[in-house]
Amino acid sequence: MIYSAADVPVWAAAAIAFFLLFGALLALIGAIGFLRLPTFYERIHAPTLSTSWGTGGIMTASILFFSIAGGRLVAHEILIGIFITVTTPVTFMLLARAALHRDRVENHPDVPTRAELVVSTIQDRASDEKGA
Amino acid sequence: MFPYPLLTIALLVMWLLLNDFTLGHLLLGSIVAVFASWGMAALRPDKPKLRKWYLLPKLFAIVMVDVIRSNLAVSWVILRGRTRGHHASFINLPLDIDDPTALAVFAVIITSTPGSAWLEYDSRRRSVLIHVLDLIDEDEWRDQLKNRYEKLLLEIFS
Repeated sequence: MIYSAADVPVWAAAAIAFFLLFGALLALIGAIGFLRLPTFYERIHAPTLSTSWGTGGIMTASILFFSIAGGRLVAHEILIGIFITVTTPVTFMLLARAALHRDRVENHPDVPTRAELVVSTIQDRASDEKGA
Repeated sequence: MFPYPLLTIALLVMWLLLNDFTLGHLLLGSIVAVFASWGMAALRPDKPKLRKWYLLPKLFAIVMVDVIRSNLAVSWVILRGRTRGHHASFINLPLDIDDPTALAVFAVIITSTPGSAWLEYDSRRRSVLIHVLDLIDEDEWRDQLKNRYEKLLLEIFS
């Protein structure tokens, strides 16, 4: 079925355009950040712009357009949002742990070693107990 | 009959969203959902304990607002470029939650909030290494993660 943009009233068209451009803009900024940020750990933050409200905005625009133009609720786009949100952490953790492993093997000075993390956890737990 | 009621309902809703809302699809979707949850039960995973499920919408609302806020913050960090700079840093956060479902939800929250990334969780120390893109006040971050999300998760899953 083909929908025409002329079926959509002006107020809805404005809302759809806003969400679509908002999502697209966030995805663009995420891509720019992915290109320009200096280290790996900073770069992994940039694509989360696309996977959160970048997807969210385009999803909302799609739901609004097809629901209003088609005259019935179309909401299966929500599934795209849910599956993107649930699956990105898996990829992120795989990438991040691979990077951490490599940096630790190469003794990278900025990356906390396992021993440092153990010490800092013990200190934090001790200060929590003192505070409580 | 229904070993995982939430899963069964979620599968049925997914079926109806992907197809049409008709009686035929309601029946077909119900059959698929019931058989799929029996399949899940045959795998015998640990059953997640949702104690205070009515707090889930509150958690969802808090996360939605925070995700919008951090989207804008991270966009600003990227757009202002290298001239002003930002302070990226690692945070090691000891956790009180140890329920696998709660940890999974916490990981999803932290990852989908731009500006913070869940790097590695160590189940022996029960602490997680988080990377923050623009760290201004470390205590404020710790306080936010601990009191805003973890407390709620502890109440919901326990």
